[in-house]
Amino acid sequence: MPRYVSVVVRFSEEGAITPLEVEWRDGRKFMVDEVADCRRGASMKTGRRGMRYTVRIGAHWTELWLDERGRWFVEEKVLEMPTTV
Amino acid sequence: MSRCILHVDANCFYASVAMFRAPELRGCALAVGGNENTRHGIVLAKNPQAKAAGVKTGEPLVQARRKCPSLVVVPPDYSDYLLFSKDIRSILLEYTDLVEPFGLDECWLDITGSLHLFGGVPFLVAEQLSERIKSELGITVSIGISWNKPFAKLGSDLDAGDGIVEYTRENYQRTVWTRAVSDLINVGPATTRKLAAYNVRTIGDLAQCSDTYLDRRFGVVGRKLRTMAQGLDTTPVKAMRPEDMDVARTVKSVGNGLTAPHDITCVQDAKALLHQLCESVAHRMREFQVKGTVCGIGVRHADLGGYSRQRKLRMSTHITSEVMNAAWDLLCENEPLDKEHPIRQLHVCMSGLVSQHEPWQPDMFGSEEHRRHLEHLDASIDDLRRRYGNHAVRRLSELADPAIKHLDIKGDNIIHPVSYWA
Repeated sequence: MPRYVSVVVRFSEEGAITPLEVEWRDGRKFMVDEVADCRRGASMKTGRRGMRYTVRIGAHWTELWLDERGRWFVEEKVLEMPTTV
Repeated sequence: MSRCILHVDANCFYASVAMFRAPELRGCALAVGGNENTRHGIVLAKNPQAKAAGVKTGEPLVQARRKCPSLVVVPPDYSDYLLFSKDIRSILLEYTDLVEPFGLDECWLDITGSLHLFGGVPFLVAEQLSERIKSELGITVSIGISWNKPFAKLGSDLDAGDGIVEYTRENYQRTVWTRAVSDLINVGPATTRKLAAYNVRTIGDLAQCSDTYLDRRFGVVGRKLRTMAQGLDTTPVKAMRPEDMDVARTVKSVGNGLTAPHDITCVQDAKALLHQLCESVAHRMREFQVKGTVCGIGVRHADLGGYSRQRKLRMSTHITSEVMNAAWDLLCENEPLDKEHPIRQLHVCMSGLVSQHEPWQPDMFGSEEHRRHLEHLDASIDDLRRRYGNHAVRRLSELADPAIKHLDIKGDNIIHPVSYWA
Protein backbone atom coordinates (compact mmCIF):
# COMPACT_ATOMS: atom_id res chain seq x y z
CA MET A 1 0.00 0.00 0.00
CA PRO A 2 1.21 3.54 -0.57
CA ARG A 3 1.91 5.63 2.50
CA TYR A 4 0.95 9.16 1.51
CA VAL A 5 3.12 11.91 2.94
CA SER A 6 3.25 15.68 2.97
CA VAL A 7 6.18 17.10 1.08
CA VAL A 8 7.51 20.64 0.75
CA VAL A 9 8.78 21.16 -2.80
CA ARG A 10 10.42 23.79 -4.94
CA PHE A 11 9.20 24.54 -8.47
CA SER A 12 11.97 25.82 -10.70
CA GLU A 13 11.49 28.36 -13.49
CA GLU A 14 11.46 25.46 -15.94
CA GLY A 15 8.77 23.67 -13.95
CA ALA A 16 11.02 21.04 -12.41
CA ILE A 17 9.81 19.82 -9.01
CA THR A 18 12.35 19.16 -6.28
CA PRO A 19 11.30 17.73 -2.89
CA LEU A 20 12.84 19.64 0.03
CA GLU A 21 11.24 18.26 3.19
CA VAL A 22 9.11 15.24 4.05
CA GLU A 23 6.64 15.14 6.93
CA TRP A 24 6.23 11.64 8.36
CA ARG A 25 2.96 10.28 9.76
CA ASP A 26 3.98 10.97 13.35
CA GLY A 27 4.61 14.63 12.56
CA ARG A 28 8.40 14.39 12.30
CA LYS A 29 9.96 16.34 9.48
CA PHE A 30 12.98 15.29 7.47
CA MET A 31 15.08 17.46 5.21
CA VAL A 32 15.92 15.99 1.82
CA ASP A 33 19.70 16.33 1.58
CA GLU A 34 20.17 15.16 -1.99
CA VAL A 35 18.08 14.15 -5.02
CA ALA A 36 20.16 11.66 -6.98
CA ASP A 37 17.66 10.65 -9.60
CA CYS A 38 14.24 11.53 -10.91
CA ARG A 39 12.53 9.42 -13.56
CA ARG A 40 9.18 7.97 -14.56
CA GLY A 41 8.49 4.69 -12.84
CA ALA A 42 5.94 2.13 -11.78
CA SER A 43 5.76 1.20 -8.11
CA MET A 44 5.12 -2.53 -8.23
CA LYS A 45 4.53 -2.67 -4.47
CA THR A 46 1.69 -0.15 -4.53
CA GLY A 47 0.27 -0.32 -8.06
CA ARG A 48 0.86 3.40 -8.60
CA ARG A 49 2.80 5.14 -11.38
CA GLY A 50 4.46 8.48 -11.51
CA MET A 51 7.84 10.12 -10.93
CA ARG A 52 10.30 8.25 -8.74
CA TYR A 53 12.74 10.43 -6.81
CA THR A 54 15.79 8.71 -5.33
CA VAL A 55 16.66 10.88 -2.35
CA ARG A 56 19.08 10.92 0.55
CA ILE A 57 17.85 11.86 4.00
CA GLY A 58 20.81 11.97 6.30
CA ALA A 59 22.70 8.75 5.65
CA HIS A 60 19.73 6.88 4.23
CA TRP A 61 18.79 6.53 0.60
CA THR A 62 15.14 6.06 -0.10
CA GLU A 63 12.52 6.63 -2.80
CA LEU A 64 9.83 9.28 -2.86
CA TRP A 65 7.07 8.95 -5.42
CA LEU A 66 4.87 11.62 -6.98
CA ASP A 67 1.88 9.76 -8.40
CA GLU A 68 -0.31 10.52 -11.39
CA ARG A 69 -2.73 12.50 -9.25
CA GLY A 70 -0.06 14.72 -7.72
CA ARG A 71 0.15 12.94 -4.35
CA TRP A 72 3.47 12.06 -2.74
CA PHE A 73 3.92 8.61 -1.27
CA VAL A 74 6.49 6.11 -0.09
CA GLU A 75 6.30 2.36 -0.42
CA GLU A 76 5.42 0.75 2.89
CA LYS A 77 8.54 -1.38 3.24
CA VAL A 78 10.98 1.49 2.88
CA LEU A 79 13.64 1.72 5.63
CA GLU A 80 12.52 3.64 8.69
CA MET A 81 13.33 7.33 8.51
CA PRO A 82 16.20 8.72 10.65
CA THR A 83 15.48 11.00 13.60
CA THR A 84 14.13 14.52 13.12
CA VAL A 85 16.41 17.19 11.73
CA MET B 1 17.39 -0.91 -47.63
CA SER B 2 15.60 -3.65 -45.73
CA ARG B 3 12.98 -2.39 -43.32
CA CYS B 4 13.23 -2.93 -39.60
CA ILE B 5 9.77 -3.37 -38.10
CA LEU B 6 8.90 -4.13 -34.52
CA HIS B 7 5.58 -5.38 -33.20
CA VAL B 8 4.98 -4.63 -29.52
CA ASP B 9 2.24 -6.61 -27.76
CA ALA B 10 1.26 -6.02 -24.12
CA ASN B 11 0.74 -9.43 -22.54
CA CYS B 12 -2.84 -10.14 -21.35
CA PHE B 13 -3.27 -6.40 -21.29
CA TYR B 14 -6.41 -5.91 -19.20
CA ALA B 15 -5.33 -8.56 -16.72
CA SER B 16 -1.80 -7.12 -16.53
CA VAL B 17 -3.13 -3.66 -15.72
CA ALA B 18 -5.46 -5.14 -13.10
CA MET B 19 -2.59 -7.07 -11.50
CA PHE B 20 -0.36 -4.01 -11.50
CA ARG B 21 -3.02 -1.91 -9.76
CA ALA B 22 -3.75 -4.63 -7.17
CA PRO B 23 -0.46 -6.21 -6.03
CA GLU B 24 -2.34 -8.54 -3.67
CA LEU B 25 -3.88 -10.31 -6.68
CA ARG B 26 -0.58 -11.21 -8.30
CA GLY B 27 -0.07 -14.95 -8.25
CA CYS B 28 -3.83 -15.63 -8.17
CA ALA B 29 -5.76 -16.94 -11.14
CA LEU B 30 -7.35 -13.70 -12.32
CA ALA B 31 -9.81 -12.72 -15.02
CA VAL B 32 -11.23 -9.37 -16.03
CA GLY B 33 -14.94 -9.94 -16.51
CA GLY B 34 -17.98 -8.00 -17.59
CA ASN B 35 -20.96 -7.26 -15.36
CA GLU B 36 -23.04 -10.41 -14.81
CA ASN B 37 -26.01 -8.39 -13.54
CA THR B 38 -26.36 -6.63 -16.88
CA ARG B 39 -25.73 -9.90 -18.75
CA HIS B 40 -22.26 -8.91 -19.89
CA GLY B 41 -20.62 -11.55 -17.74
CA ILE B 42 -17.91 -12.94 -20.00
CA VAL B 43 -14.15 -13.24 -19.61
CA LEU B 44 -12.54 -10.20 -21.23
CA ALA B 45 -8.96 -11.14 -20.32
CA LYS B 46 -7.17 -13.68 -18.18
CA ASN B 47 -3.71 -13.96 -16.63
CA PRO B 48 -1.37 -16.92 -17.20
CA GLN B 49 -2.56 -18.70 -14.03
CA ALA B 50 -6.18 -18.57 -15.20
CA LYS B 51 -5.13 -19.63 -18.68
CA ALA B 52 -3.34 -22.64 -17.23
CA ALA B 53 -6.60 -23.62 -15.50
CA GLY B 54 -8.36 -23.66 -18.87
CA VAL B 55 -10.15 -20.30 -18.67
CA LYS B 56 -10.76 -18.88 -22.15
CA THR B 57 -11.36 -15.31 -23.26
CA GLY B 58 -14.97 -14.79 -24.30
CA GLU B 59 -16.48 -17.60 -22.27
CA PRO B 60 -19.17 -16.97 -19.66
CA LEU B 61 -17.85 -16.28 -16.16
CA VAL B 62 -20.03 -19.06 -14.77
CA GLN B 63 -18.23 -21.54 -16.98
CA ALA B 64 -14.83 -20.04 -16.14
CA ARG B 65 -15.50 -20.41 -12.41
CA ARG B 66 -16.42 -24.07 -12.87
CA LYS B 67 -13.05 -24.66 -14.50
CA CYS B 68 -11.21 -22.60 -11.90
CA PRO B 69 -13.10 -22.29 -8.57
CA SER B 70 -10.42 -20.00 -7.12
CA LEU B 71 -10.71 -17.57 -10.03
CA VAL B 72 -10.70 -13.93 -8.95
CA VAL B 73 -12.83 -11.78 -11.26
CA VAL B 74 -12.33 -8.02 -11.40
CA PRO B 75 -14.40 -5.49 -13.38
CA PRO B 76 -12.86 -3.74 -16.38
CA ASP B 77 -11.53 -0.19 -16.08
CA TYR B 78 -11.40 1.13 -19.63
CA SER B 79 -10.20 4.58 -18.65
CA ASP B 80 -7.15 2.97 -17.03
CA TYR B 81 -6.52 0.79 -20.09
CA LEU B 82 -6.70 3.86 -22.33
CA LEU B 83 -4.21 5.62 -20.05
CA PHE B 84 -1.73 2.74 -20.13
CA SER B 85 -2.18 2.36 -23.88
CA LYS B 86 -1.52 6.06 -24.43
CA ASP B 87 1.60 5.89 -22.25
CA ILE B 88 2.96 2.85 -24.13
CA ARG B 89 2.48 4.72 -27.40
CA SER B 90 4.21 7.80 -25.95
CA ILE B 91 7.28 5.70 -25.15
CA LEU B 92 7.26 4.15 -28.64
CA LEU B 93 7.02 7.61 -30.23
CA GLU B 94 10.40 8.46 -28.68
CA TYR B 95 11.97 5.91 -31.02
CA THR B 96 10.18 6.66 -34.29
CA ASP B 97 7.27 8.68 -35.62
CA LEU B 98 6.01 5.63 -37.52
CA VAL B 99 3.94 4.02 -34.79
CA GLU B 100 0.74 2.27 -35.87
CA PRO B 101 -1.57 1.08 -33.08
CA PHE B 102 -3.51 -2.14 -33.62
CA GLY B 103 -6.03 -2.05 -30.82
CA LEU B 104 -5.25 -0.85 -27.31
CA ASP B 105 -2.47 -3.33 -26.60
CA GLU B 106 -0.49 -3.74 -29.84
CA CYS B 107 1.58 -1.44 -32.02
CA TRP B 108 3.84 -1.72 -35.01
CA LEU B 109 6.91 0.51 -35.21
CA ASP B 110 9.08 1.14 -38.23
CA ILE B 111 12.52 2.04 -36.91
CA THR B 112 14.31 1.72 -40.26
CA GLY B 113 15.07 5.44 -40.38
CA SER B 114 15.89 5.90 -36.70
CA LEU B 115 17.69 2.65 -35.86
CA HIS B 116 21.12 4.28 -36.18
CA LEU B 117 20.18 6.77 -33.44
CA PHE B 118 19.72 3.96 -30.94
CA GLY B 119 22.78 1.82 -31.55
CA GLY B 120 21.91 0.19 -34.85
CA VAL B 121 20.97 -3.23 -33.44
CA PRO B 122 17.22 -3.99 -33.57
CA PHE B 123 17.36 -6.57 -30.77
CA LEU B 124 18.96 -4.08 -28.40
CA VAL B 125 16.35 -1.45 -29.25
CA ALA B 126 13.64 -4.01 -28.51
CA GLU B 127 15.30 -4.85 -25.20
CA GLN B 128 15.44 -1.19 -24.28
CA LEU B 129 11.76 -0.71 -25.14
CA SER B 130 10.73 -3.76 -23.16
CA GLU B 131 12.72 -2.66 -20.12
CA ARG B 132 11.40 0.89 -20.23
CA ILE B 133 7.77 -0.19 -20.51
CA LYS B 134 8.26 -2.58 -17.60
CA SER B 135 10.01 -0.09 -15.35
CA GLU B 136 7.92 2.98 -16.23
CA LEU B 137 4.49 1.39 -16.57
CA GLY B 138 4.73 -1.87 -14.66
CA ILE B 139 3.52 -4.16 -17.44
CA THR B 140 5.38 -6.57 -19.70
CA VAL B 141 5.38 -6.68 -23.49
CA SER B 142 6.55 -9.22 -26.01
CA ILE B 143 8.23 -7.89 -29.14
CA GLY B 144 8.64 -9.34 -32.61
CA ILE B 145 11.24 -8.02 -35.06
CA SER B 146 11.26 -8.55 -38.80
CA TRP B 147 11.39 -6.77 -42.14
CA ASN B 148 7.62 -6.91 -42.63
CA LYS B 149 4.55 -6.40 -40.45
CA PRO B 150 3.03 -9.92 -40.51
CA PHE B 151 6.28 -11.61 -39.50
CA ALA B 152 6.92 -9.03 -36.79
CA LYS B 153 3.48 -9.82 -35.36
CA LEU B 154 4.19 -13.54 -35.54
CA GLY B 155 7.29 -12.89 -33.46
CA SER B 156 5.45 -11.12 -30.66
CA ASP B 157 2.64 -13.70 -30.72
CA LEU B 158 5.12 -16.53 -30.23
CA ASP B 159 6.17 -15.53 -26.74
CA ALA B 160 3.47 -15.10 -24.11
CA GLY B 161 5.99 -13.61 -21.67
CA ASP B 162 8.19 -10.59 -22.19
CA GLY B 163 10.39 -12.21 -24.82
CA ILE B 164 11.84 -10.81 -28.02
CA VAL B 165 11.76 -12.86 -31.21
CA GLU B 166 13.50 -11.86 -34.42
CA TYR B 167 12.66 -13.33 -37.82
CA THR B 168 15.33 -12.61 -40.40
CA ARG B 169 15.72 -13.45 -44.07
CA GLU B 170 18.18 -16.12 -42.96
CA ASN B 171 15.94 -17.92 -40.49
CA TYR B 172 12.34 -17.37 -41.58
CA GLN B 173 12.02 -20.50 -43.67
CA ARG B 174 12.90 -22.76 -40.76
CA THR B 175 10.99 -20.72 -38.17
CA VAL B 176 8.02 -18.89 -39.68
CA TRP B 177 7.26 -21.43 -42.38
CA THR B 178 6.98 -24.28 -39.89
CA ARG B 179 4.28 -22.52 -37.89
CA ALA B 180 0.61 -23.32 -38.21
CA VAL B 181 -1.12 -21.35 -40.95
CA SER B 182 -3.73 -20.21 -38.41
CA ASP B 183 -1.00 -18.17 -36.67
CA LEU B 184 -0.79 -15.80 -39.65
CA ILE B 185 -2.74 -12.57 -39.31
CA ASN B 186 -6.07 -12.60 -41.20
CA VAL B 187 -6.19 -16.39 -41.26
CA GLY B 188 -9.13 -17.23 -39.04
CA PRO B 189 -10.92 -20.51 -38.31
CA ALA B 190 -12.90 -20.53 -41.58
CA THR B 191 -9.84 -19.88 -43.76
CA THR B 192 -7.84 -22.44 -41.76
CA ARG B 193 -10.52 -25.09 -42.47
CA LYS B 194 -10.58 -24.26 -46.17
CA LEU B 195 -6.80 -24.49 -46.36
CA ALA B 196 -6.69 -27.72 -44.37
CA ALA B 197 -9.10 -29.30 -46.85
CA TYR B 198 -6.28 -28.97 -49.38
CA ASN B 199 -3.62 -30.05 -46.87
CA VAL B 200 -2.28 -26.51 -46.48
CA ARG B 201 -1.44 -26.53 -42.79
CA THR B 202 1.67 -24.44 -42.31
CA ILE B 203 2.65 -20.93 -43.36
CA GLY B 204 5.28 -22.55 -45.58
CA ASP B 205 2.55 -24.57 -47.34
CA LEU B 206 0.58 -21.37 -47.95
CA ALA B 207 3.69 -19.64 -49.29
CA GLN B 208 3.94 -22.27 -52.00
CA CYS B 209 0.31 -22.41 -53.08
CA SER B 210 -0.46 -21.88 -56.75
CA ASP B 211 -2.25 -18.86 -58.21
CA THR B 212 -4.99 -21.13 -59.58
CA TYR B 213 -5.82 -22.67 -56.22
CA LEU B 214 -5.76 -19.38 -54.33
CA ASP B 215 -7.83 -17.50 -56.92
CA ARG B 216 -10.43 -20.24 -57.08
CA ARG B 217 -10.81 -20.79 -53.34
CA PHE B 218 -10.17 -17.34 -51.88
CA GLY B 219 -10.38 -14.75 -54.64
CA VAL B 220 -8.25 -11.62 -54.32
CA VAL B 221 -7.51 -12.26 -50.65
CA GLY B 222 -5.79 -15.56 -51.44
CA ARG B 223 -2.80 -13.99 -53.18
CA LYS B 224 -2.56 -11.36 -50.43
CA LEU B 225 -2.29 -14.12 -47.84
CA ARG B 226 0.39 -15.86 -49.84
CA THR B 227 2.31 -12.61 -50.17
CA MET B 228 2.25 -12.30 -46.39
CA ALA B 229 3.35 -15.92 -45.95
CA GLN B 230 6.29 -15.36 -48.28
CA GLY B 231 7.46 -12.32 -46.33
CA LEU B 232 6.77 -10.09 -49.31
CA ASP B 233 4.16 -7.89 -47.65
CA THR B 234 5.19 -4.26 -48.11
CA THR B 235 2.31 -2.65 -46.22
CA PRO B 236 3.80 0.45 -44.62
CA VAL B 237 3.60 1.21 -40.93
CA LYS B 238 1.23 4.17 -40.82
CA ALA B 239 2.12 7.20 -38.74
CA MET B 240 -0.07 7.85 -35.75
CA ARG B 241 -1.77 11.22 -35.24
CA PRO B 242 -0.53 12.44 -31.85
CA GLU B 243 -3.75 14.36 -31.15
CA ASP B 244 -5.84 11.21 -30.92
CA MET B 245 -3.03 8.67 -30.59
CA ASP B 246 -4.30 6.63 -33.51
CA VAL B 247 -3.84 6.40 -37.25
CA ALA B 248 -6.24 8.05 -39.68
CA ARG B 249 -8.72 5.45 -40.87
CA THR B 250 -11.34 5.43 -43.57
CA VAL B 251 -14.60 4.95 -41.79
CA LYS B 252 -16.81 2.55 -43.73
CA SER B 253 -19.62 2.17 -41.25
CA VAL B 254 -20.64 3.40 -37.82
CA GLY B 255 -22.48 1.06 -35.52
CA ASN B 256 -23.31 0.32 -31.90
CA GLY B 257 -24.85 -2.69 -30.27
CA LEU B 258 -25.72 -3.75 -26.78
CA THR B 259 -26.83 -6.84 -24.90
CA ALA B 260 -29.73 -5.51 -22.85
CA PRO B 261 -29.62 -6.01 -19.07
CA HIS B 262 -32.98 -7.80 -19.37
CA ASP B 263 -34.87 -9.27 -22.30
CA ILE B 264 -36.75 -6.70 -24.34
CA THR B 265 -40.42 -7.71 -24.36
CA CYS B 266 -42.33 -4.51 -25.03
CA VAL B 267 -42.39 -1.52 -27.35
CA GLN B 268 -41.32 0.90 -24.61
CA ASP B 269 -38.13 -0.96 -23.70
CA ALA B 270 -37.24 -1.57 -27.35
CA LYS B 271 -37.65 2.12 -28.12
CA ALA B 272 -35.56 3.12 -25.09
CA LEU B 273 -32.62 0.93 -26.12
CA LEU B 274 -32.89 1.69 -29.82
CA HIS B 275 -32.95 5.41 -29.11
CA GLN B 276 -29.73 5.14 -27.09
CA LEU B 277 -28.03 3.20 -29.85
CA CYS B 278 -29.21 5.59 -32.58
CA GLU B 279 -28.10 8.62 -30.54
CA SER B 280 -24.62 7.19 -30.30
CA VAL B 281 -24.42 6.18 -33.97
CA ALA B 282 -25.69 9.53 -35.22
CA HIS B 283 -23.45 11.51 -32.89
CA ARG B 284 -20.41 9.53 -33.98
CA MET B 285 -21.29 10.04 -37.66
CA ARG B 286 -21.41 13.80 -37.06
CA GLU B 287 -18.02 13.62 -35.36
CA PHE B 288 -16.61 11.78 -38.37
CA GLN B 289 -18.38 14.36 -40.59
CA VAL B 290 -20.15 11.69 -42.60
CA LYS B 291 -23.70 10.77 -43.44
CA GLY B 292 -25.06 7.27 -43.98
CA THR B 293 -27.20 6.04 -46.82
CA VAL B 294 -27.92 2.54 -45.53
CA CYS B 295 -29.47 1.79 -42.15
CA GLY B 296 -29.06 -1.68 -40.71
CA ILE B 297 -30.22 -3.37 -37.54
CA GLY B 298 -29.15 -6.62 -35.92
CA VAL B 299 -31.38 -8.56 -33.56
CA ARG B 300 -30.42 -11.43 -31.28
CA HIS B 301 -33.17 -13.27 -29.44
CA ALA B 302 -33.08 -14.77 -25.99
CA ASP B 303 -32.37 -18.19 -27.56
CA LEU B 304 -29.24 -16.60 -29.14
CA GLY B 305 -30.61 -16.93 -32.66
CA GLY B 306 -30.65 -13.71 -34.66
CA TYR B 307 -30.63 -11.89 -37.96
CA SER B 308 -29.85 -8.55 -39.52
CA ARG B 309 -31.82 -6.33 -41.88
CA GLN B 310 -30.87 -3.22 -43.74
CA ARG B 311 -32.50 -0.63 -45.95
CA LYS B 312 -31.20 2.03 -48.30
CA LEU B 313 -32.49 5.47 -47.34
CA ARG B 314 -33.87 8.01 -49.77
CA MET B 315 -31.38 10.56 -48.57
CA SER B 316 -28.10 10.33 -46.72
CA THR B 317 -28.41 11.45 -43.13
CA HIS B 318 -26.73 11.83 -39.78
CA ILE B 319 -29.82 13.28 -38.13
CA THR B 320 -30.60 11.30 -34.97
CA SER B 321 -34.35 11.21 -35.45
CA GLU B 322 -34.03 10.04 -39.08
CA VAL B 323 -31.64 7.25 -38.07
CA MET B 324 -34.04 6.30 -35.30
CA ASN B 325 -37.07 6.32 -37.60
CA ALA B 326 -35.32 4.08 -40.12
CA ALA B 327 -34.07 1.67 -37.46
CA TRP B 328 -37.44 1.60 -35.71
CA ASP B 329 -39.30 0.87 -38.95
CA LEU B 330 -36.95 -2.03 -39.66
CA LEU B 331 -37.40 -3.39 -36.15
CA CYS B 332 -41.20 -3.12 -36.16
CA GLU B 333 -41.42 -4.81 -39.56
CA ASN B 334 -39.54 -7.81 -38.26
CA GLU B 335 -40.35 -8.08 -34.56
CA PRO B 336 -43.69 -8.24 -32.75
CA LEU B 337 -42.00 -6.80 -29.62
CA ASP B 338 -43.92 -8.90 -27.13
CA LYS B 339 -43.27 -11.38 -24.34
CA GLU B 340 -43.40 -14.34 -26.70
CA HIS B 341 -40.46 -13.01 -28.71
CA PRO B 342 -37.95 -11.67 -26.18
CA ILE B 343 -34.95 -9.81 -27.61
CA ARG B 344 -31.56 -10.10 -25.94
CA GLN B 345 -29.40 -7.81 -28.06
CA LEU B 346 -29.86 -4.98 -30.56
CA HIS B 347 -27.39 -3.47 -33.01
CA VAL B 348 -27.72 -0.39 -35.22
CA CYS B 349 -25.34 0.33 -38.05
CA MET B 350 -25.17 3.09 -40.66
CA SER B 351 -23.13 2.36 -43.77
CA GLY B 352 -22.80 3.63 -47.33
CA LEU B 353 -21.08 6.63 -45.79
CA VAL B 354 -20.55 9.87 -47.69
CA SER B 355 -18.87 13.04 -46.58
CA GLN B 356 -21.28 15.55 -45.07
CA HIS B 357 -19.63 18.20 -47.25
CA GLU B 358 -20.54 16.49 -50.50
CA PRO B 359 -23.18 18.22 -52.64
CA TRP B 360 -26.61 16.68 -52.19
CA GLN B 361 -29.95 16.79 -53.97
CA PRO B 362 -32.69 18.25 -51.75
CA ASP B 363 -35.94 16.37 -51.59
CA MET B 364 -38.46 18.27 -53.70
CA PHE B 365 -41.38 16.87 -51.75
CA GLY B 366 -39.84 16.93 -48.34
CA SER B 367 -39.29 19.70 -45.85
CA GLU B 368 -35.69 20.83 -46.13
CA GLU B 369 -36.31 23.55 -43.60
CA HIS B 370 -37.43 20.97 -41.07
CA ARG B 371 -34.33 18.86 -41.76
CA ARG B 372 -32.08 21.86 -41.25
CA HIS B 373 -33.88 22.56 -37.99
CA LEU B 374 -33.21 18.98 -36.87
CA GLU B 375 -29.56 19.29 -37.85
CA HIS B 376 -29.20 22.46 -35.80
CA LEU B 377 -30.92 20.76 -32.89
CA ASP B 378 -28.52 17.82 -33.07
CA ALA B 379 -25.53 20.17 -33.28
CA SER B 380 -26.70 22.05 -30.18
CA ILE B 381 -27.21 18.83 -28.26
CA ASP B 382 -23.75 17.60 -29.35
CA ASP B 383 -22.24 20.81 -28.04
CA LEU B 384 -24.00 20.50 -24.69
CA ARG B 385 -22.84 16.90 -24.36
CA ARG B 386 -19.31 17.84 -25.30
CA ARG B 387 -19.24 20.40 -22.53
CA TYR B 388 -21.29 18.71 -19.81
CA GLY B 389 -21.18 14.99 -20.58
CA ASN B 390 -23.29 12.61 -22.63
CA HIS B 391 -26.06 12.58 -20.02
CA ALA B 392 -26.53 16.36 -20.13
CA VAL B 393 -29.44 16.03 -22.54
CA ARG B 394 -31.61 12.90 -22.71
CA ARG B 395 -34.71 11.85 -24.55
CA LEU B 396 -37.66 10.93 -22.37
CA SER B 397 -38.00 7.57 -24.14
CA GLU B 398 -34.46 6.64 -23.05
CA LEU B 399 -35.45 7.17 -19.42
CA ALA B 400 -38.42 4.81 -19.68
CA ASP B 401 -36.34 1.75 -18.86
CA PRO B 402 -34.61 2.17 -15.45
CA ALA B 403 -32.20 -0.69 -16.27
CA ILE B 404 -30.57 1.16 -19.14
CA LYS B 405 -31.13 4.86 -18.47
CA HIS B 406 -27.70 5.14 -16.79
CA LEU B 407 -25.86 3.71 -19.81
CA ASP B 408 -23.50 5.90 -21.82
CA ILE B 409 -23.19 3.93 -25.03
CA LYS B 410 -21.23 6.59 -26.88
CA GLY B 411 -18.92 7.29 -23.97
CA ASP B 412 -18.16 3.59 -23.56
CA ASN B 413 -17.52 3.07 -27.27
CA ILE B 414 -13.98 1.86 -27.83
CA ILE B 415 -12.74 1.02 -31.30
CA HIS B 416 -10.88 -2.30 -31.29
CA PRO B 417 -8.45 -3.45 -34.03
CA VAL B 418 -9.86 -2.97 -37.47
CA SER B 419 -8.85 -5.01 -40.51
CA TYR B 420 -5.12 -5.26 -41.27
CA TRP B 421 -5.91 -3.94 -44.72
CA ALA B 422 -8.06 -0.99 -43.53
